[in-house]
Amino acid sequence: MSELLEVRGLSVAYGAIEAVRDVSFTVHAGQIVSLIGSNGAGKTTILRTISGLLRPKAGEILFQGTPIHALPAHTVLGMGIAQCPEGRRLFARMTVEENLQLGAYVRRDDGIQADIDKVYDLFPVLGERRHNKAGLFSGGEQQMLAIGRALMCKPRLLMLDEPSMGLSPIMTQRIFDTVAELRDLGTTVLLVEQNALAALALSDQAYVIDLGRTTLHGTGHELLADSRVRAAYLGEEVA
Amino acid sequence: MAAYLEQLVNGLVLGSIIGLIALGYTMVYGVIQLINFAHGEVFMVGAYASLACYLWILPPDLAGTWYIALPAMILFGSLVAALLAIAMERFAYRPLRGAPRLAPLITALGVSVFLQEVVRLFFPDAKQAKPYPTPFIEGGITVHLGDGQFTIAYIRILLVVVAIGLAALLQLYISRSRMGRAMRAIANDPDTARLMGINPDRIIVWTFVIGAVLAGVAGVFYGGYQNTINTDMGFQNGIFAFTAAVLGGIGSIRGAVVGAMIIGVVKTIAGQLPFLGGTQYDYVWIFVVLIFMLVFRPQGFFGETERVRA
Repeated sequence: MSELLEVRGLSVAYGAIEAVRDVSFTVHAGQIVSLIGSNGAGKTTILRTISGLLRPKAGEILFQGTPIHALPAHTVLGMGIAQCPEGRRLFARMTVEENLQLGAYVRRDDGIQADIDKVYDLFPVLGERRHNKAGLFSGGEQQMLAIGRALMCKPRLLMLDEPSMGLSPIMTQRIFDTVAELRDLGTTVLLVEQNALAALALSDQAYVIDLGRTTLHGTGHELLADSRVRAAYLGEEVA
Repeated sequence: MAAYLEQLVNGLVLGSIIGLIALGYTMVYGVIQLINFAHGEVFMVGAYASLACYLWILPPDLAGTWYIALPAMILFGSLVAALLAIAMERFAYRPLRGAPRLAPLITALGVSVFLQEVVRLFFPDAKQAKPYPTPFIEGGITVHLGDGQFTIAYIRILLVVVAIGLAALLQLYISRSRMGRAMRAIANDPDTARLMGINPDRIIVWTFVIGAVLAGVAGVFYGGYQNTINTDMGFQNGIFAFTAAVLGGIGSIRGAVVGAMIIGVVKTIAGQLPFLGGTQYDYVWIFVVLIFMLVFRPQGFFGETERVRA
């Protein structure tokens, strides 16, 4: 199993405040790896740093063995790392189709329209309303579009930041089913979630991030069974 | 009556020049929320560059042939304007990206003064107004109205057609092309645009270049229209163009053109009406219109819809 992404000793600071301290983890190709942890633990900061929107204070990020932590965001995307950001961040006044076209911005091949149609197959509601403005959609539909947009660049690594945020339990399940489907189709997924239960059930590997550090690591099922995880993130009393 | 109609036509001609400049203001503002006060100077430099092309680059036997001279002057004027805009963005504005908005604004004023002085000092005899050649299409259409008549020169008709045509093309480019989508994405949400693989620096430079080319075109037509150019032309027309962009709703392509036409017509018609003070007070009425707009519809005519800012 090959290492697609390797984060080693990563520290990221906003001015004097260190949001991420000495975090290390590995994402193997073909897996779903999740980072779970409470709000403010530094999960989003980690993804933004991998994407090149933030610069690390220390540590390194290797993608297929190549250091990427000094590269600008548009180059990182070109290497095959797409991010579906927290809060979805759609281009609200553009249509569904324009959002998907922007997802394929770096591509110059002529298969873009075919891939847009594939997204419509995956999420038929988007295809039905392709010429509507993205801002008019419900939270779940917007999340579908955000994932579809991130897929348009044919990423090797898809990073999803809080895809369940603000969604109903049914819609959350729908999105997580889709994520599993994408993994089965060969996309590697790095998932950041506060909804630990749903994320762990889905994950091949998982890391718990607490106050900017990785505190626990295991397979999804191991962490689901771990009493510390159950106490801290699943709301159970410590036995 | 003929006199008013003639002034209406003049207003549309002046509006076309102002509109071409206003497109540059509105696009740059739409994408990076910067009022590039040096944009008027890009127009001025474009006009001087096209004059230089006429005087020193075009062979004399070709300089009198309008269908060679006019495209050559437009091409050269726009090229120099574009290079200037690239340098301006690279050295004056890019280092200030992320700085408080007042910093690039003040820088723009500085660039404006700098460019005026450079042209004044280094272009031969630029301290006085320079005569601008009008080797362009001779003649025009004569309109008879009642007992009056006036002539609309072909060059003026061409200008209005070119200005409106370029604005329409630009609107199409922004709404349909890959680059236009990227511009709207940057305007909408720069960080997310970067996550799409868009390099903001490239898009921003390109926005400046498009504005500069349009200003270069405007510079040539302004010279042909006024028959002289001077180093103040950029400041004065830049203010009108900025006003036009605000009137139309800054960020909107259509708004810039409509705003410019209103300004052009208000200026020429007010100049024709003695009770409004005649030509001595025609500028006043432009800003009266602006003040009313800012009081009653501060977002401008097209302020909310269809702008570069998606």
